[in-house]
Amino acid sequence: MQPTAQAPGQTEAAKSQFPAMRADFINPFITSTVRVIATMAAIQPLPGRPRIKTDSRTYADVTGIIGLLGEGVEGTMAISFAESCILRVVSNMLGEEITDLNNEIEDAVGELTNMISGAARAELETKSYSFRMAIPSVITRRGHSIAVITRFPIVQIPFETDFGPFYVEACLHQVPKA
Amino acid sequence: MLDTNAKILVVDDFSTMRRIVKNALKSLNYNNVEEAEDGASGLEKLRTDHFDLVVCDWNMPGMTGIELLRAVRADPSLKHLPFLMVTAEAKRENIVEAIQAGVSNYIVKPFTPQTFGEKLHAMFGEKAA
Repeated sequence: MQPTAQAPGQTEAAKSQFPAMRADFINPFITSTVRVIATMAAIQPLPGRPRIKTDSRTYADVTGIIGLLGEGVEGTMAISFAESCILRVVSNMLGEEITDLNNEIEDAVGELTNMISGAARAELETKSYSFRMAIPSVITRRGHSIAVITRFPIVQIPFETDFGPFYVEACLHQVPKA
Repeated sequence: MLDTNAKILVVDDFSTMRRIVKNALKSLNYNNVEEAEDGASGLEKLRTDHFDLVVCDWNMPGMTGIELLRAVRADPSLKHLPFLMVTAEAKRENIVEAIQAGVSNYIVKPFTPQTFGEKLHAMFGEKAA
């Protein structure tokens, strides 16, 4: 993807410190998401155009969140699914029909978050960014909203499937190395 | 060669991945499978029962997979136990660390049942079906 313009209203400090809309930061999240969903659920997601969120909230039915803590860079990654989409993804992963947003869905979204962030981190490693492992959290409630409290821009990547949409959001920023 | 009656311990904090691994094992005719939710409970099972293979995640709360691997290799009664690491950690340094700790083979998530079978067969010097 090509670099995208900063959203209006961002501070000069954020602009100067945050390179996250560079393709080398965003593409690992796109490729790892497509690879994980395609491999584990046999569903080919179609990525849309990444954008910087100008509103602070995402509405979804299930969301997995994981911290991205590394040497010189830190942030978060979230993946938010519509109910129809995640029910099909998890049903395909487990080889049995799941019809409710139950504990199995929460567990599976945690594992998907883990896998996608792990694959993205591995790709970012090749660009000299090193991250530590983290444990994901999952929120399940129909129509919940996710608001990441940060002064740095959040990149949202929409994905379409035959079973509904999902979104990956990443907020990465550089920090002084220890 | 790993007998289809082999007793296998699957260690992962996510029940989803335990089920996916169990399904992959079942497709290879391995049905004698037990589960543990973390390294500590896995080690307890290994010390109180006989297993022929461990399939283990790396990133778990409490005792991690690499800590379980080191504990297994340090235990005279378990040190030769085949140990397959299944993990989202694809960093070269993680793979090197696991090899140095004595892992038998290593699968990076995401994986297909076919990949799982190939890695398992490779551990026991078999050709994949």
